[in-house]
Amino acid sequence: MSWVPVCDYHAIPPERGVCALVDGVQVAIFRTYDGGVHALDNLDPFSGAYVLSRGIVGTRKGEPTVASPLHKQVFSLVSGVCLDQDDVTVAVYRARVAGGRVEVSV
Amino acid sequence: MNKIVVVGYGPAAHRFVETLARKGFAGAVTVIGEEPRPAYDRVALTSYLSGASAEDLTYPVPGGVVTRLGTRVTAVDRRARHVVTADGGVEPYDVLVLATGSAPFVPPVPGAGHAFVYRTIEDLDAIRAAAKDAAEGVVVGGGLLGLEAADALRGLGLRTHIVELSPWLMPRQVDEGGGAVLRSHIEGLGLSVHAGAGVEEVVADGGGRVTGLRTSGGTLIEAQVVVFSAGVRPRDELARACGLEVGERGGVVVDPGMRTSDPHVYAIGECALAGGTVYGLVGPCNTMAEVAADRITGGTAVFEGADLSTKLKLLGVEVAQFGAMSGALDVTYMDPVAGVYKKLFVSDDAGTLLGGICVGDAGPYSTLRPYVGKRLPASPSDLLFSGSGAALDLPDDAQVCSCNNVGAGEIRAAVADRGLRDVAAVKACTGAGTTCGSCVPMLKQLLEKSGVEVSRALCEHFTHSRAELFDIVRVRGVTTFSELIARHGQGRGCDICKPVVASILASLHNGHVLEGERAALQDTNDAFLANIQKNGTYSVVPRIPGGEITPDKLIVIGEVARDFGLYTKITGGQRIDLFGARVEQLPEIWRRLVDAGFESGHAYGKALRTVKSCVGSTWCRYGVQDSVGLAIALELRYRGLRSPHKLKSAVSGCARECAEARSKDFGVIATEQGWNLYVGGNGGFRPRHADLLATDLTTDELIRTIDRFLMFYIRTADRLQRTSAWLESLDGGLGRLREVIMEDSLGICADLDAQMEHHIATYADEWRATLDDPDKLARFVSFVNAPGVPDPSIVFSAERGQIRPVMAR
Ligand code: SRM
Ligand SMILES: Cc1cc2nc3c(=O)[nH]c(=O)nc-3n(C[C@H](O)[C@H](O)[C@H](O)COP(=O)(O)OP(=O)(O)OC[C@H]3O[C@@H](n4cnc5c(N)ncnc54)[C@H](O)[C@@H]3O)c2cc1C
Ligand code: SF4
Ligand code: FES
Repeated sequence: MSWVPVCDYHAIPPERGVCALVDGVQVAIFRTYDGGVHALDNLDPFSGAYVLSRGIVGTRKGEPTVASPLHKQVFSLVSGVCLDQDDVTVAVYRARVAGGRVEVSV
Repeated sequence: MNKIVVVGYGPAAHRFVETLARKGFAGAVTVIGEEPRPAYDRVALTSYLSGASAEDLTYPVPGGVVTRLGTRVTAVDRRARHVVTADGGVEPYDVLVLATGSAPFVPPVPGAGHAFVYRTIEDLDAIRAAAKDAAEGVVVGGGLLGLEAADALRGLGLRTHIVELSPWLMPRQVDEGGGAVLRSHIEGLGLSVHAGAGVEEVVADGGGRVTGLRTSGGTLIEAQVVVFSAGVRPRDELARACGLEVGERGGVVVDPGMRTSDPHVYAIGECALAGGTVYGLVGPCNTMAEVAADRITGGTAVFEGADLSTKLKLLGVEVAQFGAMSGALDVTYMDPVAGVYKKLFVSDDAGTLLGGICVGDAGPYSTLRPYVGKRLPASPSDLLFSGSGAALDLPDDAQVCSCNNVGAGEIRAAVADRGLRDVAAVKACTGAGTTCGSCVPMLKQLLEKSGVEVSRALCEHFTHSRAELFDIVRVRGVTTFSELIARHGQGRGCDICKPVVASILASLHNGHVLEGERAALQDTNDAFLANIQKNGTYSVVPRIPGGEITPDKLIVIGEVARDFGLYTKITGGQRIDLFGARVEQLPEIWRRLVDAGFESGHAYGKALRTVKSCVGSTWCRYGVQDSVGLAIALELRYRGLRSPHKLKSAVSGCARECAEARSKDFGVIATEQGWNLYVGGNGGFRPRHADLLATDLTTDELIRTIDRFLMFYIRTADRLQRTSAWLESLDGGLGRLREVIMEDSLGICADLDAQMEHHIATYADEWRATLDDPDKLARFVSFVNAPGVPDPSIVFSAERGQIRPVMAR
């Protein structure tokens, strides 16, 4: 398991996402209200487009979420499970902040 | 009785032990399963290839249950009441439950041993490994599971073929006409379909590497991966060997209490033959598990058979079947262009519904399935053509949720007795809608019909309606979302409330939508100031006020489109849309457009879109006023105005109405004396002609009236409520609107006027402002760690001399 630095923490605006290309994988990285970072696969499984990083970040019953910008299905940032259709899941990657940099591991 | 042993640990076994645990069963339970892990969600198996892990799919083992994983049971000794395992172990039982499921059928053709099947996580691991060095794959079997497997191979990057013995795909769910529509969908995705073909041989080279598949017609399909998905057979071998009664075509015979011919042995799930049927769907398997658990703990539950209706989305196509697949009469709706096929089977008087088939649009499945065996509320053709069936009143005994066997009466009673107010509560209380979800639209309708005033709360974060939030923001001078949610809401917002609050803040304060915290509230369209398209690219629409444009500006648009390779189209709003821009291209494109004097057209915003015009008195021999001049003035006045939904307008130069002003939110038609103003028009899904609000206005009167109309709408409408729906819901209707904005009955007109003045005075083109601000520009990249790299998933092909998106799947 190796950590790959992708950007400055401050390059991710609060409560939004960015996308990073890590070993050919498109990783959507989100910064939540509490300052945490979460990483999901950027592929929206419903539309087949690589867009999850551009969705609206929010919460559902306290769980941090992102809504697909295409058709608004909501995914948990913690488990990757689609909270509107729980048989659909996107991969969750590990993400952390180290020395002011955001790092992910895919 | 002390000890229950379960053989097989699939979904049925899981439901069985879970039900026992729920009933508080106190004896010992041991589950022996051949697979290396506890039961997992086999229905969702394919998601394992798209990122779900085995742990994600695996069900938790209920407390107290002993499991023996990776262990096969090889024999049952009914006299001694124990089972023997492959490792030589012996496990005694008081009650034995067989839940051995089924095994994929592999036809005995030469080379079959080189092929894969599609049933377990290990099967998928093997397929994924083989696909690494392969370019082409074949799936044998064009049924439900075959198509799922084919989609999976395609997802692994293989050119995929489907071989099906029947003359059409999914023969168990659809008829020939539906099969044809399904086939064209699937071929449209680039898969090859070989229907009416059997398998002769799986061809392999000397080293045992698969090179292809020969069909019974003699065709050799080149492929390095072959997957058999041609049906399943119940795993009844243990039962057979120990002398339990099995069906002629397989399956352990059980009574309605799931007991086999030996009173100490039960069988549940896909290995059981219940009422003469082996069920291959998880819903009935779960019911059997519940019945067995109930019986074993002293209950009297019976398994009464199950509905085999199915609805699924395969390869992006909705396919559904319910009830019978034939009848005295049938009615078919077919639209080959849209790829839709819907058929209803009815009794000879066309009054009773017997069943239906849908491809491409499963609408009738949700609305009509509960009517199977009952009188239809309208003629079958009306029901098929109108599609929605929204106005149906279901009888109490109509089954609404077939997965969980919940009827309309039960739902109505739960709504009334327990005061349920939303779909989530109905789900939690009745269990309906919790499995495949296809009945959820019906639940919503039942709720509304039960007279539940569905809560006006915007979402779980705010109990207020949009209009109430607007007033809070206006009256208390709130300027940020954080402040609003901290004081008046809960949680951290979502894709519903954030854009609403962004819009309210913009209507009232008119700051840049990407400034500070507001950037995080915007939908992707507002966040990138462009319209997202299906492949994640964006479209660009510069404003062309009134539809009037100089040749020089037209040339600039052409040059930009050419230089960036954008698909170009004249819109229905009298302007030009440029499609296919990647995020990192948007600023470069807009730099060129802004330099040439263009501004944002707000095609992406819930804001003023266009004011269309006809050519009017300047050129037209009938025109009585300058419609183009007025349209431009109106478009420039209201550009950038954010509202509950989009706003559209048009101005026609005479009563011939070439600009279609009466289909707009506010439309103006010239008269000899001045202008007639119409409001509340709509095209779109529910067209409505606008109502005449005032006649023969001077230009100044007209503008003042429109100012107030718009601001009153912005203050009081619901989220995503166009002016047409708003006007219809306004107490007192048009008369009341006249009183408020023309006679100032509420004394708010000065306020409304001031608000509009503020908007106009503070308008600035948001694209120009974005280009001037490095912070805002920094976000326009595909990859934060590789700003120059374009998104490799975006691919185009050519059509009629321009680009079109190609989707990876
Ligand atoms: C581009 C265009 C079609 C075209 O190629 O001509 C178009 C494209 C879209 N329309 Fe439209 N509409 C376009 C003219 C229209 C018109 C005709 C008109 O404006 O005269 C109508 C009927 C008039 C009306 O709105 O009442 C129209 C009724 C809709 C509706 C239904 C609205 C309703 O109240 O029922 C939607 C859905 C919605 O907004 O919720 C919609 C939504 C959309 C969206 C935004 C769908 C989406 O979210 O992706 C499309 C994206 C635009 C894009 O990506 O650039 N579009 N759409 C037209 C752009 C006009 C422009 O220059 O801005
Ligand atoms: C890819 C796929 C998609 C599907 N999609 C759907 C769908 O959309 N909707 C739907 O309703 N159904 C679907 N199904 C069918 C559904 O998965 C089955 O109906 C369900 O799994 C049946 O559960 P079961 O427990 O009876 O049998 P199984 O899931 O087959 O489980 C039986 C278990 O017993 C084990 N076993 C067998 N013999 C022994 C032995 N002698 N000793 C020890 N262990 C043994 C097997 O290894 C297996 O783990 C799908 C199936 C697949 C493969
Ligand atoms: S609406 Fe009247 S003025 Fe305008 S183009 Fe048509 S006929 Fe001419
Ligand atoms: S019909 Fe499947 S959940 Fe209701």
